Amino acid sequence: MIQVQNLRKQFGPKVAVNGVSFTVEKGEVLGFLGPNGAGKSTSMRMITGFIPPTEGSIKVGTYDMLENPIPAKQLIGYLPENAPSYPDMTVSGFLGFAAEMRGLSGDAKKKAVNRVLEMCFLENVQHQSVETLSKGYRHRTCFAQSIIHDPEVLILDEPTDGLDPNQKHEVRGLIKKMGESKAIIFSTHILEEVEAVCSRAIIIDRGTIVANGTPRDLKMRSEQAGAITVKFVDGEASAARGKVGSVQGVDRVSVISERPLTLRAFPKKNAGSDDVARAIADMAFKEHLPLQGLHVEEGRLDEVFRSITLPDNKAKEETK
Amino acid sequence: MKSTLTIAKRELLGYFASPVAFVFIVIFLLLAGFFTFMVAGFFERGEANLAAFFSWHPWLYLFLVPAVGMRMWSEERRLGTIELLLTMPVTPWQAIVGKFLASWVVVSVALVLTFPVVITVNYLGNPDNGVIFAGYLGSMLMAGSYLAISAMTSAMTRNQVVSFILAVVISLFLILAGFPPVTNLLTSWAPTWLVEGVAAFSVMTHFESIQKGVLDSRDVLYFLSVIAFSLFTTSVIIRAHRAG
Ligand SMILES: Nc1ncnc2c1ncn2[C@@H]1O[C@H](COP(=O)(O)OP(=O)(O)OP(=O)(O)O)[C@@H](O)[C@H]1O
Ligand SMILES: [Mg+2]
Repeated sequence: MIQVQNLRKQFGPKVAVNGVSFTVEKGEVLGFLGPNGAGKSTSMRMITGFIPPTEGSIKVGTYDMLENPIPAKQLIGYLPENAPSYPDMTVSGFLGFAAEMRGLSGDAKKKAVNRVLEMCFLENVQHQSVETLSKGYRHRTCFAQSIIHDPEVLILDEPTDGLDPNQKHEVRGLIKKMGESKAIIFSTHILEEVEAVCSRAIIIDRGTIVANGTPRDLKMRSEQAGAITVKFVDGEASAARGKVGSVQGVDRVSVISERPLTLRAFPKKNAGSDDVARAIADMAFKEHLPLQGLHVEEGRLDEVFRSITLPDNKAKEETK
Repeated sequence: MKSTLTIAKRELLGYFASPVAFVFIVIFLLLAGFFTFMVAGFFERGEANLAAFFSWHPWLYLFLVPAVGMRMWSEERRLGTIELLLTMPVTPWQAIVGKFLASWVVVSVALVLTFPVVITVNYLGNPDNGVIFAGYLGSMLMAGSYLAISAMTSAMTRNQVVSFILAVVISLFLILAGFPPVTNLLTSWAPTWLVEGVAAFSVMTHFESIQKGVLDSRDVLYFLSVIAFSLFTTSVIIRAHRAG
């Protein structure tokens, strides 16, 4: 549904986006991650046709955004960063305007407005003017605007920004559900959101894509991924460490905490984590070291995010 | 076309939801009445025409029209709604025209509400209503030109005050280029062709000739080209701004 090729955007001497390419198909929810100023919003503005790219091509559905913007834009629903809306309009007036701009009128328009009022829990403020709404409600109003025409493509720039935890949960649910039948790109700084909602995630840093994969794949890049955390009922750190370290397939062991005694065993490159975990359990049983817990780490997205996008890390790589 | 009207409708609602439209209409009517009857001495003249009424319009519009138009695009930029508007399936041109038309309607409503002065002059004497109609048409075209200029300056900045001042300065220039005290000053040292050439750019020259009741297509064309040129420049500015 969305094909982005070699997208580049330069503001004066500053390169905001530098050679970004990816595709999103129907039924996919793509998470857009990256530190502040990485170029997420700029990329989204180019995909939605708000700003022209310096270089590169954008295809939405079968339409080229640069050559045929009107039908391409008709396919897209867009929630811009900071969720702008017209403060002097009422919520339903604003949504009615959005519906009309999308070519809906009469009954179809009324239906569309009522549908999104309900979906975004805006019914009790529908006659209130936008400027008197709280930030979260304003955000939801703009979100409602983006789905008014039930678009095939949804581009959401930080859709859960400023929402309370309940609403965050609702909106995530909504995105996930809509993702079954639409192509969705959304950006966020909340990493759990990516795990909860996305089928794929892209990490972008200083204008370039530095990682692209399922949340699971990305987590596997974590240093911790595949390590085995062992928690003992009691025992002495160095002794336990030596015993775990001598188990077949264990590369090295680090002590996480002394009390309660918790160790982390990193398996050797070619050893499967599950096998090593079983071997450790067998050893503990034989050695009469009562275990309180034992599990294989999945890896953590925030760790991956940091290791990929941290400036000094990058600098180190470059000097190598 | 439909999108243009939808945008115009929203804009109109905006003008009437905020006090802008009402303030403009009331102040315009008050000032028009004051200048016509108190300053220009409409009754004392004893003429059955509206020259006393129309002659103030270029000056009244100079400050009031940019006040209506100053928010047109600067507000949109300040609020970030321009991003919403221009990612909807419309061309920038449709949006520009829609917004412009809405502001023109506001000014025209004020102009139409001066109808009592037409009734008065018809009650008191036997005016040439064709000339009066031409005067109204000229006034409306002139207001449209000022509005288009305001649209252009409001696209340049997100600050409404800057947008207002720029519009006033450009409009003032268009008035002064054909304002007799200024042209007289010029004739003392500049060649006639130059003075006339400059005056041809002035709203004053064209407005006055329409007011006399001669609907010359050149005068109408002048106002239409000011509008078209300003709106075209608006689209160029908006495109340049988006391109970064
Ligand atoms: N109109 C503009 N003119 C000049 N520079 C710009 C413009 N818009 C964006 N930039 C620059 O481009 C870079 C990318 O900005 P962008 O808004 O895309 O970041 P982001 O990834 O969305 O960040 P955040 O997480 O803070 O929202 C920034 O360095 C920003 O300063
Ligand atoms: Mg952003």
